[in-house]
Amino acid sequence: MWKTILRRVMIMVPEVIILSILVFLLAKAMPGDPFTGSINPKADPAQIKHLMAINGLNDPWYQQYWNWVVHLFHGNLGNSYQYQEPVTRLIAGRAGNTLWLAFFSMILTYALALPMGVFAGRHEGKLPDVVIRFYTYVTYCIPFFVILVLGIWIFGYVLGWFPTTGSVSSDAQGWVQTVGSHFYHILLPGILGALFSTVNIVQYLRSEVIDAKHSDYVRTARSKGVPSKDIYRHHIFRNSLLPIAAFAGYSITGLLNGSIFTETVFSYPGMGLLFVNSISYRDYTVITALVLIFGLLNLLGTLLSDIILSIVDPRIRIE
Amino acid sequence: METESNFLNIKDVSTAFKIDGQFYDAISHINLQVQHDEILAIVGESGCGKSTLATTIMGLHDPAETKISGEIDFEGTDLLKLDDNGYNQFRGAKIGMIFQDPLSALNPLKRIEDQISEVMDYHTSLTKAEKHTRVLELLDEVGIVNPKRTAHQFPHELSGGMRQRVVIAIAIACKPDLIIADEPTTALDVTIQAQILDVLRAIQNENHAGIILITHDLGVVAETADRVAVMYAGQIVEQGSAEQIFNSPEHPYTRSLLRSMPQRDNEADDLYVIKGNVPSLQKMPATGDRFAPRIPWVPESAHEAEPVMHEIAPGHEVRCTCYKTFQFPDEKKGDVTV
Repeated sequence: MWKTILRRVMIMVPEVIILSILVFLLAKAMPGDPFTGSINPKADPAQIKHLMAINGLNDPWYQQYWNWVVHLFHGNLGNSYQYQEPVTRLIAGRAGNTLWLAFFSMILTYALALPMGVFAGRHEGKLPDVVIRFYTYVTYCIPFFVILVLGIWIFGYVLGWFPTTGSVSSDAQGWVQTVGSHFYHILLPGILGALFSTVNIVQYLRSEVIDAKHSDYVRTARSKGVPSKDIYRHHIFRNSLLPIAAFAGYSITGLLNGSIFTETVFSYPGMGLLFVNSISYRDYTVITALVLIFGLLNLLGTLLSDIILSIVDPRIRIE
Repeated sequence: METESNFLNIKDVSTAFKIDGQFYDAISHINLQVQHDEILAIVGESGCGKSTLATTIMGLHDPAETKISGEIDFEGTDLLKLDDNGYNQFRGAKIGMIFQDPLSALNPLKRIEDQISEVMDYHTSLTKAEKHTRVLELLDEVGIVNPKRTAHQFPHELSGGMRQRVVIAIAIACKPDLIIADEPTTALDVTIQAQILDVLRAIQNENHAGIILITHDLGVVAETADRVAVMYAGQIVEQGSAEQIFNSPEHPYTRSLLRSMPQRDNEADDLYVIKGNVPSLQKMPATGDRFAPRIPWVPESAHEAEPVMHEIAPGHEVRCTCYKTFQFPDEKKGDVTV
């Protein structure tokens, strides 16, 4: 087991190196520079050139990359051009917000999707299945940001149940109120995110349950005289949860991608919003740092998936 | 064939499947008896209803999609009148079933031991330790060389033959009176086939079970069966002792099947091929001899309008009267080719 994981981690090393080069080059390939427009529009082009030079932006790419990597190992991701503040501090201040929202959304997703998927599969073709399927198709057809905007409009504006911007209310005082306010702020984006990300899991799980229901091993179980309830418990559930468990790692990626939409629409100060802002300001240091973090989390997600799968599926276990 | 030792009496059983909202008979008006210590072989082409008959006896059909009529008298109980819970008292306990494809018949995520002892969980009051002993005993009985090791393994770690042995071990775990083996050797190679059949026979000697052996392999039938029922398009067209069926087959379908079997002393270079296909459920003719379209040279007058079973010798029954005059086109009068 540990050997498998270790080997899997070793494979990640070249992946990370390639990822970092790609990330760096892509950010550099964007047109524009971090200074034009951010200082006085009438600024002398020579002055901008000078700024570019002292920031090392005119060096060949491999040298810039090398400098970046060396700094990276010292925990220094550079300064944000836009905020004039170390990138590490900038991100650290927002990572918590994003992770809380993603975590809440993920728990809610599985809490909703697992029962729905199993229920729909079990009662295939009957009313609950039709209702759940209708819900998944409708949600699937609407773009995510439209769901977010609709959600804000209905629950935030018309009904006024939830706050529509920010991550904490400014007049929250004391520990309890602050945490409460934080939670209150992630409720609506978390729920909307979960509603959207349940769709894939529900549909996948539903078809897995239906497949398992008609599988030969379930027929064998029936021929043993196992009551239907126990067949679901011992044979169908576990077997159909297998692919879902395997996707759990990947779903981290999905949530982070989703955070870009959610945080932008909700003006929620997390990594997603920071990312979008940095792109419009050509804030290279922040962009590369964020893409690198997202990329790393992505790799960790796949690693997690592989580990989960090797735990739950004996066929994948490596002795 | 109504004797007292018949513990399974299938009377006039039909099973219809729902296709596009309508029910079509997959098997119609089946009458069969099984005794202790006997192997009844059911033979026929793919699609003629053999497996449907097996799953009907096991009660494995979804009641919403199927309509079953008739009576299956098992030791005095009509199985078809039972609800799911009632049926579960028989399934696994008194009737064991061996499935066709051992590769998919076992749950890939459960250890062999758990899959075998599961059947005992529901039908016996054995303790965990007793069940463990019984599992090892069963694995040994079905010819697994290292029961301890196998019990702890997962299905994917076993070969096809070993998996089929495990499936058999599950079927016989509670010493059922009836074992239904649905093509137990189809997925296996010939040497393993013979071993599996030996295992089945050994179990029968011990438990005095009746076995329904479903197969399309006439070689297997000749080797093992006491009695044979030949099915075509959902009906039994001929049944009798293995001797009667192999030595004096009467129904054109039985004769065609036997003729299409490769034989050592066969003079012809080519094997006989029965032309055409088994009709699909929707296209099943409502009246007349269902086999008639595949022996077009036989005049219509030779067939009965509503073919019924005729007892032509004790225990030997044939459907339709066309057998009396039936000949293969290349056959001279009075020439018997078997």
